[in-house]
Amino acid sequence: MDFSLSEEQELLQETVRAFVAKECPPQKVRAIFDGERQEVPALSKGLAELGIAGLVVPEALGGAGLELLELALVAEELGRGCVPVPFLGHALATLALAQGGSPAQQAHWLPRLATGDVRATVALAEAGARWLPEQFRLAATGGRARGQKQLVPEAEQAELFVVGSEGGGLLLVPAGAGVRVTPTATLDRGRPLATLELDAAPAEPLAAGSAARLVTAGSVLVAADAFGAAHQLVRMTAAYVMARRQFGQPLAQFQAVKHQLANMALAIDPTRGLWWYAAHAFDHAPEAAPRAAALAKAHITDRAQQVARDAVEAHGGIGFTWECDVQIWFKRVMFDRLWLGLPELHRERFAALEGW
Amino acid sequence: MDLRLGEAYEKLGSEAAAFCRDSWPLSGAEAALPEREQAIVWRKRALAAGWIHRTVPKAYGGAGLAPDVMAETVIRQALDRAGVPHRGSVQGTHMLVPTLLECGSEEQRREFIEPTLCGELTWCQGYSEPGSGSDLASLQSRAELVGDEWVLSGQKIWTSQATETDMMFGLFRSEPGAAKHAGISYFLIPMSLPGIDARPLTMMQGGVDFCEVFFDNVRIPARNIVGKRGEGWKVTRSTLKHERMLIGDSTGARMSYDALITLARQVHKNGRPALEDPVVRQQLAEAAGYVATQEWSVARMLSAIHENQDAKATSELLMAKLLSTDTQQLLAKLALELLPDEGLLEPTGEDVVMGIKPFTRGRWVSHYMFTLAGAIAGGASNIQRNIIGERVLGLPRDQRRAGHSARRAP
Repeated sequence: MDFSLSEEQELLQETVRAFVAKECPPQKVRAIFDGERQEVPALSKGLAELGIAGLVVPEALGGAGLELLELALVAEELGRGCVPVPFLGHALATLALAQGGSPAQQAHWLPRLATGDVRATVALAEAGARWLPEQFRLAATGGRARGQKQLVPEAEQAELFVVGSEGGGLLLVPAGAGVRVTPTATLDRGRPLATLELDAAPAEPLAAGSAARLVTAGSVLVAADAFGAAHQLVRMTAAYVMARRQFGQPLAQFQAVKHQLANMALAIDPTRGLWWYAAHAFDHAPEAAPRAAALAKAHITDRAQQVARDAVEAHGGIGFTWECDVQIWFKRVMFDRLWLGLPELHRERFAALEGW
Repeated sequence: MDLRLGEAYEKLGSEAAAFCRDSWPLSGAEAALPEREQAIVWRKRALAAGWIHRTVPKAYGGAGLAPDVMAETVIRQALDRAGVPHRGSVQGTHMLVPTLLECGSEEQRREFIEPTLCGELTWCQGYSEPGSGSDLASLQSRAELVGDEWVLSGQKIWTSQATETDMMFGLFRSEPGAAKHAGISYFLIPMSLPGIDARPLTMMQGGVDFCEVFFDNVRIPARNIVGKRGEGWKVTRSTLKHERMLIGDSTGARMSYDALITLARQVHKNGRPALEDPVVRQQLAEAAGYVATQEWSVARMLSAIHENQDAKATSELLMAKLLSTDTQQLLAKLALELLPDEGLLEPTGEDVVMGIKPFTRGRWVSHYMFTLAGAIAGGASNIQRNIIGERVLGLPRDQRRAGHSARRAP
């Protein structure tokens, strides 16, 4: 039994980490967060040049032919750095095509998605936080889709939408006629969301598309993202309490503060294996994956959220300001906890899958 | 990442299972022996065949195999499933034996290791004192060398099984006037000696497991010291290196969790099985998150240790104890929520005895209290938080503790 990363996986992660450190330090994260979105395309392009856009695209179609675990390792690093680039939507849409597209659909889209020249995303939620495939009502008749999707990431850049439809299937909807995107003022400004309205938009079913499988993969990616962000929040807070002095000594010297930090680390650090396993299961033990992913999503995003709240508290007054970076990481984690549904939803999914 | 066990380990697991089938239960006259004797007979065979304590050198009764944490885990799981009496008292097998292997004299190793591993010789641990809990190095029980004997006086407390064990390994202050940590020696003490008075303490759940032990001029041979005079602190710390042998064990949490789910199927809430209650389902699924966290964290440690890459799992290694005790406490609390009536009744009989026992309803009530012992013994949870803060996050040590070792003992 080997529950560790391969050298190639570690190298991938180190590469992304180094890219983030160099190209997207906290100052840039903040600049983009505060509206300088013209910085985003260059970052996206840089990541695409590392092969991130085509990680799960088969090699024959110009990708790296890797699996969900590799995508999740990238998600961890992007979460750690709060990197405000389109990743989640594109990764999931690409994965859906790579796993469920007909040869023609794959040949048409995947080479361009692999290079990042064409961006795609996923549209899942419907009004009332309906995130689960059995709750979808949007449908297509005669090759035309009608209905509304909410909380769609990366919608403004997307040329292709992978849309969850009634019955749990997926539709391919190219941007264009009958497709309207309305941006939403999003809490996590690094990952703006939009509403997608389809009014007789040309749509074709993804041959073997499964919205359930997409929810599973998405759960793993947001869990990995939240893990990375919360892991970093613990380290940011540790650095802060070492530097900040009160009563003539660093805050870290106070046991109350030290224990708060220890509890934060205890909450998040050991959860790494939860999303590692869920990601691994997605490709190697598919029957176990929905359960593992539900557990990882619910557990990690809940823990990460508490870590983020503690991080604000440990920073004191400055932690509550817009100018402190903690608020950006805090909102990253809020996004991860709520997007794809509350922990409660995923715990109930887990319970049902356990046969309770 | 490859979660398959692999052919070699699968084979090892089935060989271990086959050994258990052939060797247990005992037959013939041996089957009539008292329970403890039967366990000793079985352990002798398992030890010789290399199924328990397999890394102990042959000269001391082991199989002398190279450490292989994956093999040890596979075998332990097979032995657990087979229900053989492979788990002896950890004080002897997991604390004293590694200490002797590291710091004991050749004579001590030959005399004590094999009988301890077989369970013929049982041990208690004489560390804590009424005035020295987490601050163990402040201990004040004294040892004085008189002729060729050490004379021991003082008091130990929280000593598990002191009335039933043959021997104690204990720490005593032998170098008055030396710096706090430098004045302590590590001794091996037969519990039957005159001057030793072990008195059981009744625990909060009503059972008896630990004792206070009084020493009044107890005389032991000079050779019963492990390591040199004044090096007892170093000797006990050397044992910590072997603690990782115990880490690969998340079976306790899994057993409690499985029992909790069974309980939730059996008891009713609002007129239906508790497991169908939406609030209970949420709570149990959250608990499942903690149990899985612990299991995958153990898997990551095992893989890291197996590849001699311990550093990759430092954070998991240093958090293992607190994670495990917190999880066990959560499970026990949830069980009590399902037993509102039984929670008002005093548990009795087997239910209050420490150790692995079936989860009856009374047992859950006891367990609700037992799980607190886990948060106290072997490094209290607040001490664990210090360790995590200092060694995982690099926060500064307490100023008072940092200056401690330089101070003189009282």
